[in-house]
Amino acid sequence: MRDITLGQYFPANSLLHRLDPRVKIVSLIAYIVLIFCAFNFYALALMGATVLAIVIMSRVPLKMYLKSLKVIIIIVLITSVLNLFYGTGEPIAQWWIFKITWAGIHNAIFVCVRIICLILLSSALTFTTSPTDMTDALERLMKPLKIFHVKVHEIAMMMSIALRFVPTLLEETDKIMAAQKARGADMESGNFIARIKALVPVLIPLFVSAFRRAYELAVAMECRCYQGGAGRTRMKQLHMGSRDAWCIVFGVLILAGVVLLDVFFGKV
Amino acid sequence: MSLLQVKDLTVVYSAGTPFAHTAVDDISFEIERGDFVGIIGHTGSGKSTLVQTLNGLIKPTKGTVSLDGVDIWAKPKEIRKIRFRVGLVFQYPEYQLFEETVAKDIAFGPTNMGLSEEEVKQRVLSAAKFVGLKDELLEKSPFDLSGGEKRRAAIAGVIAMDPDVLILDEPCAGLDPLGRDVLLAQIYRYHKERGNTVLLVSHSMEDVAEVCDKVMVMNRSKLEMFDTTDAVFSEGERLSTMGLRVPQITSIIDDLIAAGVPLKKGTLTVDKAVEEITEYLRGEGRL
Repeated sequence: MRDITLGQYFPANSLLHRLDPRVKIVSLIAYIVLIFCAFNFYALALMGATVLAIVIMSRVPLKMYLKSLKVIIIIVLITSVLNLFYGTGEPIAQWWIFKITWAGIHNAIFVCVRIICLILLSSALTFTTSPTDMTDALERLMKPLKIFHVKVHEIAMMMSIALRFVPTLLEETDKIMAAQKARGADMESGNFIARIKALVPVLIPLFVSAFRRAYELAVAMECRCYQGGAGRTRMKQLHMGSRDAWCIVFGVLILAGVVLLDVFFGKV
Repeated sequence: MSLLQVKDLTVVYSAGTPFAHTAVDDISFEIERGDFVGIIGHTGSGKSTLVQTLNGLIKPTKGTVSLDGVDIWAKPKEIRKIRFRVGLVFQYPEYQLFEETVAKDIAFGPTNMGLSEEEVKQRVLSAAKFVGLKDELLEKSPFDLSGGEKRRAAIAGVIAMDPDVLILDEPCAGLDPLGRDVLLAQIYRYHKERGNTVLLVSHSMEDVAEVCDKVMVMNRSKLEMFDTTDAVFSEGERLSTMGLRVPQITSIIDDLIAAGVPLKKGTLTVDKAVEEITEYLRGEGRL
């Protein structure tokens, strides 16, 4: 349970930590689009190198990234294997209904690298951005939606609260599981149905405590006169600086690089 | 042979990584059948980790825990049986209640043991009695009980397994003074009547001084002292270097002694102190 690192902030002093969170979020979206726009191996290699550079620059231990990859490794494997067998064209190996083609291998590698890059990038964002920064940035970025009467502030607040409580609830799950195991709950053996049933003693206390926490948090917020976004000012204003400008320049360069490589080498 | 033997016990979290953290460091001790042992220590001294290794929830990195001379990890598949014999009540156990009725929740442990329905019923009733839960509460939803009643229901859930060793992690945390007195008295009575071994983890020196025969002092993952309650609390200075202290009443009596009142050193409970002082005043003819 403790292996889930998604949405965890890892405080450190790196360039990425100091970047304006708005720039980080927009860059993340841009890079994700770029990953899927890299059609040949050269472009993909450039994206891979960029992602690696970002990971190293974040000064977050590599182990944290590996942990976040561990959770999705099964998904990566399944999609890669599926792609491997679903390629079109001349088969290079065949067995029963399975055939492997160059196109299949190509697809499998691309899917695999793309998902890994995706997870590494999103992890880099959450590791280097504190939840408060993240919400502030999201709120600012979604501001234009206000003309459609979208409750931007409320959505941002809900997101940050949800993120904030991921580790808390995981910890709580660990505790409740230990307590039920101490009373002889058996969660490791038995068939599927038995295992689902064994979750009841964990899930019920977990839900009860989630509601309790939600209620307590609501009261605590009301006690401090929280009443939504209207008229709310910030203590820390977000400011863009020269390093943010450089980050954008860097992003544009990568964008140009990927497009050029795509154009020059075509779709492999 | 002692009931519980712990030898060279070491627990390292995230071993082999830069985050490695030794929570329990090379601890050895023995606990005899029928002992009532208090475990005190600063927050983060390794108390909670230690008690979780005793019932096999945490596997030691090094060293052994033996129950009646048998290593509890000798048959890893049967570790659940150990958990029935070493009952552990976690801190704030009321958050683990989940069944429709209190009776069913108390029955969770005994049912997992595979006991007959009749036997389970018997155990639920006697466990409820030990913790002072009234019969009419047994058919209520555990979520309708008051805080103190929930706590007692959760403790009953472990007592109902009739463990050889009962471990309670901060059972009185968050209770009002009366609730604390009653709960401690009930635990003490359980210990006396069944003759079972009890381990009490606590931050409150007063609680430990009141009920425990022996005290274990944990400091920075190590077992610093393990002796009779009197012996441990006679070393006030050493305790204070570890962020602990003697019970308040003991330091008051010590201050009185320093001020020239001839009282007995090492008076651990208020009741004893009252006796001492009355006797002194009588002797002086002032009472």
